Amino acid sequence: MMRFLLLFSRQGKLRLQKWFTPMSEREKKKIIRDMTTMVLARQPRSCNFLHWKDLKVIYKRYASLYFCLAIENQENELIALEVIHRYVELLDKYFGNVCELDIIFNFEKAYFILDEFLIGGEIQETSKQMVNRSIEASDMLQEVRCAGTHSHTQHETWLASVV
Amino acid sequence: MPAPIRLRELIRTIRTARTQAEEREMIQKECAAIRSSFREEDNTYRCRNVAKLLYMHMLGYPAHFGQLECLKLIASQKFTDKRIGYLGAMLLLDERQDVHLLMTNCIKNDLNHSTQYVQGLALCTLGCMGSSEMCRDLAGEVEKLLKTSNSYLRKKAALCAVHVIRKVPELMEMFLPATKNLLSEKNHGVLHTSVVLLTEMCERSPDMLAHFRKLVPQLVRILKNLIMSGYSPEHDVSGISDPFLQVRILRLLRILGKSDDDSSEAMNDILAQVATNTETSKNVGNAILYETVLTIMDIKSESGLRVLAINILGRFLLNNDKNIRYVALTSLLKTVQTDHNAVQRHRSTIVDCLKDLDVSIKRRAMELSFALVNGNNIRGMMKELLYFLDSCDPEFKADCASGVFLAAEKYAPSKRWHIDTIMRVLTTAGSYVRDDSVPNLIQLITNSVEMHAYTVQRLYKALLDDISQQPLVQVASWCIGEYGDLLVSGQCEEEEPIQVTEDEVLDVLEGLLVSNLSAAVTRGYSLTAIMKLSTRFSGVNRIKKVVSIYGSSIDVELQQRAVEYNALFKKYDHMRPALLERMPIMEKSASNGPTEIVQTNGETEPSVVDSKHPPPVSQPANQANDLLDLLGGNDVVPVIQTTVPTKPASAGGELLDLLGDLSLSGVPTPAPSVATSQPSFLLDGLSSQPLFNDIAAAAIPPMTAYNKNGLKIDFTFERANPNPNVAVITIHASNSTEADMTDFVFQAAVPKTFQLQLLSPSSNVVPALNQGTVTQVIRVLNPQKQQLRMRIKLTYTLKGSPVQDLAEVNNFPPQSWQ
Repeated sequence: MMRFLLLFSRQGKLRLQKWFTPMSEREKKKIIRDMTTMVLARQPRSCNFLHWKDLKVIYKRYASLYFCLAIENQENELIALEVIHRYVELLDKYFGNVCELDIIFNFEKAYFILDEFLIGGEIQETSKQMVNRSIEASDMLQEVRCAGTHSHTQHETWLASVV
Repeated sequence: MPAPIRLRELIRTIRTARTQAEEREMIQKECAAIRSSFREEDNTYRCRNVAKLLYMHMLGYPAHFGQLECLKLIASQKFTDKRIGYLGAMLLLDERQDVHLLMTNCIKNDLNHSTQYVQGLALCTLGCMGSSEMCRDLAGEVEKLLKTSNSYLRKKAALCAVHVIRKVPELMEMFLPATKNLLSEKNHGVLHTSVVLLTEMCERSPDMLAHFRKLVPQLVRILKNLIMSGYSPEHDVSGISDPFLQVRILRLLRILGKSDDDSSEAMNDILAQVATNTETSKNVGNAILYETVLTIMDIKSESGLRVLAINILGRFLLNNDKNIRYVALTSLLKTVQTDHNAVQRHRSTIVDCLKDLDVSIKRRAMELSFALVNGNNIRGMMKELLYFLDSCDPEFKADCASGVFLAAEKYAPSKRWHIDTIMRVLTTAGSYVRDDSVPNLIQLITNSVEMHAYTVQRLYKALLDDISQQPLVQVASWCIGEYGDLLVSGQCEEEEPIQVTEDEVLDVLEGLLVSNLSAAVTRGYSLTAIMKLSTRFSGVNRIKKVVSIYGSSIDVELQQRAVEYNALFKKYDHMRPALLERMPIMEKSASNGPTEIVQTNGETEPSVVDSKHPPPVSQPANQANDLLDLLGGNDVVPVIQTTVPTKPASAGGELLDLLGDLSLSGVPTPAPSVATSQPSFLLDGLSSQPLFNDIAAAAIPPMTAYNKNGLKIDFTFERANPNPNVAVITIHASNSTEADMTDFVFQAAVPKTFQLQLLSPSSNVVPALNQGTVTQVIRVLNPQKQQLRMRIKLTYTLKGSPVQDLAEVNNFPPQSWQ
């Protein structure tokens, strides 16, 4: 299973954290520090795999964001790279040419998308379209159930009006 | 109260902060606003506030006061609220806090909600962070949803079940019926999660594994369809249909086929098919091939298939993609034991990877190279590995050097080659060589009798070039001390003998003594070597002079040696030749792997002790693995009873105890001094405790202060840093009577010139029958260094009646107050 997924910028600022095992706040902070230090220190042309404690850490840089996924030792690293790539594709489809700012300002949606893709450290849906459809439908549900907001076609505007 | 600011607004504002302090100020202001909003139980904006709180939490600020609000959001009817509420629960709550249990009821209701997206939220949250209690309570609901026809819910329920099983393995049984027709689903999401669920069950229970073996044909069929089917837009990734599912199925097949011939047989064809048909131009294809290889290697596959797998790995090694090369090296490392010959075929490619730029790849290649070394390829491999040692990063050098030594020892084609290899390592990576290599090498050199002259000559020449690499210098000094006579007599057969005079040799050794580059240990080696040369060289006067000079050295270790060597010259000169005689051949048992630290093997210790102490004349070559045996087993030889000097600063208390009672056979330097010079060898083998840390502190022996009516009080001492006038005494009170001593109070009084501070005791009940002790720390300030005296008063209750006693403590050891 996957143990955690972290997204952070080149300066080490955390943009998303998903933990699949229970951990104290202090442990989480330490792990985030360790990961950012280790990953940011890597040479540009190194391989994307690291060893950390008893886990394998797979990281990949997309534009200004580092995606850092820790998996257990018996997992397949190469498919983990594909998992990261799939998540980026899902974000890209949802936001339209996703960039770091999208994830900063809409972090809760990044989480919602992740939660339609992974549960408990495992993949729940392998089809891009299915994940997208679920997200869109959930977004619609927010709209419908919200009293007093008129319907929009843009996700941005009406979700913004609530939160 | 104005409406709380929107989330995006807050994010925008916080991002304008120039400094950390500014950001903190903004956050605190907003937190205060959010807190008051929470207090007002504002339903409309709770969602917005919690979302803002989550943002601030991500920045690293505390957000625990929002936990209950998340629960309220979950309980709300609005979908927006629930969405943010569940997200907050996953981020802020965890199973260590009882608060999370309040969620259980909400989740239960939501699992039965009419809207599937609400059910989905509940399943997702439960599957990500459900605690064991929650899982127990809700497993039934999950099981129900596992049987639904709604594929959206079914896939989530499957992963939720996986989580439940991970948390509460006993509940696995209840999900068994629901797995009946999971694999007949067409929906890939459900298929994937079902395979995950089946994998989890099979991994945890051999019974389940046996039960699910019958699914192998079905799995093979599904996999076949995935490969053979045409383009499917929904699941396609670079021309491959649903690689995630393929990988998962391959993994389940691996588990099912592991020790089972029939299952392995049934999957042979499909594995061969996947291995040959998968497109390898992109990472995704290679991911599938990788999983296939792992499966082939793990099940009982036929040899043709195994060779196919290793060849795939060999091809991976030539791939441009670093990740693929890394993965190949890792897998080959795993298979090198079982399929050694097949991996050997790729040896040259592996060796080429030593030159790779990537650090992880280099490390794997190095480990694999060492695994591939055998008698046939030793010369070629060693050439490559030595070249690697020359040019690699410092982080590799220690491991590489150890590996080279090990390989050389196992497969050396000739003694001369072996010594040359060692020399090469010492001269190129001499400072990275592990400490335990020095005694190993010394032992090796001793045993290569015919090479002594050659070895000492080469080492001497190396010393002339460079004295900075300590292990090299240590080995060289030892050899010169041992074989210096061969060096000056110019007896070398293997190469051109060099002309060296006795004075030149002594110059070099003395140079080591005074050089700043020499470590203390090295100096010890050097002095002993000089001493040994007194029986091998003709001129003794220079040596006598050196030895007497160092009799007043500041370095205690050197001083002790020099003083004792001096004594050898003065009083025991008749013994000197026998004591300093040539070493016999040492026995040594098999050594460990390159990456293991040589510890807890008693074998290494005897050779260390031997090399430090010239043993008496007819010492039998002991196979002794035990330090005690070695030292005690020399009773045959006439011994000189040298009393072990009580130098508490030079050895840990334990070591003294061990050796203090033994008759050390005529050894001029008593064993405790060995401990100080070679701490890691002796002590490692004796105990895993860092004895050496005790050495500084164990200077003052403990004492019994009071022992009456079953109550015994011991004092242990340490010197408090930084103030040496303060003695820190720890009292240990133990009770040998049958009943506990309760309300135990220890009081102490000291003469006026002292100051006393009593810290709180560990407890005031001293358990009966020595089952435990009460400890308490006393700090005594003794600025006038007067003899420490103390009056103590003890009060306790034993079997209901109070007991009180006064006593004087006068038997403090001198070290505690001097």
